[in-house]
Amino acid sequence: MATQHSRSAARLMMAPAVVLLLGWMLVPLTMTLYFSFKKYLPLRGGDLGWVGFENYVRFVTSSAFWPSIQTTLVLVGGVLIITTVLGILLALLLDQPMWGQGPVRILVIAPFFVMPTVSALVWKNFFMDANYGLFSYLWEFFGAEPIQWLSQASMPSLVLIVSWQWLPFATLILLTAIQSLDSEQLEAAEMDGAPALKRFWFIILPHLSRAISVVILIQTIFLLGIFAEIFVTTGGAFGTKTLTYLIYQRVLESQNIGLGSAGGVYAIILANIVAIFLMRIVGKNLDN
Amino acid sequence: MGRIVLEKVVKRFGEAEVIPPLDLTIEDGEFTVFVGPSGCGKSTLLRLIAGLEDTTDGRIVIDGKDATGLPPAKRGLAMVFQSYALYPHMSVRKNIAFPMKMAGMDQAEQDRRIAKAAGALNLTDYLDRKPGQLSGGQRQRVAIGRAIVREPSAFLFDEPLSNLDAALRVGMRMEISELHKKLATTMVYVTHDQVEAMTMADKIVVLRAGHVEQVGSPLELYRTPRNTFVASFIGSPKMNLIEGPEAAKHDAHTIGIRPEHIDVSSESGLWSGVVGVAEHLGSDTFFHIHETGLAETITVRADGEVSLTHGDKIYLTPRPDVIHRFSADGLRMKDELAVA
Repeated sequence: MATQHSRSAARLMMAPAVVLLLGWMLVPLTMTLYFSFKKYLPLRGGDLGWVGFENYVRFVTSSAFWPSIQTTLVLVGGVLIITTVLGILLALLLDQPMWGQGPVRILVIAPFFVMPTVSALVWKNFFMDANYGLFSYLWEFFGAEPIQWLSQASMPSLVLIVSWQWLPFATLILLTAIQSLDSEQLEAAEMDGAPALKRFWFIILPHLSRAISVVILIQTIFLLGIFAEIFVTTGGAFGTKTLTYLIYQRVLESQNIGLGSAGGVYAIILANIVAIFLMRIVGKNLDN
Repeated sequence: MGRIVLEKVVKRFGEAEVIPPLDLTIEDGEFTVFVGPSGCGKSTLLRLIAGLEDTTDGRIVIDGKDATGLPPAKRGLAMVFQSYALYPHMSVRKNIAFPMKMAGMDQAEQDRRIAKAAGALNLTDYLDRKPGQLSGGQRQRVAIGRAIVREPSAFLFDEPLSNLDAALRVGMRMEISELHKKLATTMVYVTHDQVEAMTMADKIVVLRAGHVEQVGSPLELYRTPRNTFVASFIGSPKMNLIEGPEAAKHDAHTIGIRPEHIDVSSESGLWSGVVGVAEHLGSDTFFHIHETGLAETITVRADGEVSLTHGDKIYLTPRPDVIHRFSADGLRMKDELAVA
């Protein structure tokens, strides 16, 4: 990109992609903003005119709003903790030379290829069903009363399902990071008198910090939008209504597009706050 | 303090025997260099001493104690790695303090030793930097600093200078030599560079395929190489090895003459040839000579500037008192004349 000529050629060639992406992002965003200031009830009179900030106020003051924020944070936080901690342990395990390493790695990554809807259905019916789920048999085998997973322990179940899906992603990124660690560093630490646990704490974990921030950043952005798993399992009942799910209910179940759009704008703001916050942390880690 | 004895040490990786039974004694305070071509097992041998590899058979005794089964940290040795192996997320100070922190040493003593090491290695101004902000030579010194503060009974160096540029390498060579004089601690140094071996060592161990070919002081190896391998490995440029009728004149299968032991003339001499390449360095001139009827190329060093160039006829006269004689199996034969 040295000359004036090649620079303008580059701009010209990038233009279609930029225009397409901008349109892709801007059109829905503008429409969301547009609807959020309207009273728009498709089945009860359609477009009923401008209402200012009424939708925004109604969305926040509804009794479902704060619980939904809390649920979202519990879901995102729970999955993040489980996937990073288990991801690091699994990555350490998979880094060890062992028989059948290739197939084992593929098996570990496999859950990531299962579609969210499918995996949620599999968990719901195969494992967590109160009558014929595998967990029920397990509980009965030990003489315990089977748990009604999705109603009695709805949030832990949801966190479990989503964690299962995202663990491979975390493991994969952390595994490649571990493999990039210079083995002489570990040997030097061994000579310096650091036993295995201290080598992990002082050498491996700091080396992984960048990969961990990337995992947290990417997962947070995707986890904020979790929908299929909730829809398929609890349908938002038993305290599993996240912000995303609440917006869906406002738009499609209450048929109130204006109110849902206002919720959507809140979700955008929330996601951006989280993203800026995380970018800072990642940026700091990337500087080192 | 730092006497390391290897008794019949064997290392196998599966079927491959990297180190066949090997005996070696490294005396306290000695600067010992393991030298050999790549893949000769010198690094493996060092890692066996360090404890980073398990010995398949035999015993390693450090300071009179059997250390064969001891973990690396318990052997009282410090190692400097080829890649320096600094901890990139820690400052220089923390890197140097790491072994002491692991040993649970109190803070005041740690600070004292860091200050002392940093002073000795010219690192005082860099203590709060990260390794990524240092030059190659400075990183090397940090790695040495990290080794020094433990006050080990012996230092192990695994090709520590091979990542530095030529000028820096010469400087670091001197620094390590001086450090050895100052500390008088045993040092074991692995290199493939015979110049490093010759300039730094008290004792050189020449290795080939895990076998010790010869052990001795640099000048011993230079004067009386035990076989043709050592003869051609030690000394730069390489010794000329000549077979055939010329060797038979000396009752040998092969004779060896170092480039610096052949006199050059443009008029007369015992042998003659044509100059292929002439390297004029000012202080010396190296000639690579063809068509001598002795070997494919004969290398000769002449003092100062000699004005012969490519294609010139050249006459050579070997000095008779420094001709090395080898038998058919490559071993040194008894000297027919006293060695100079």
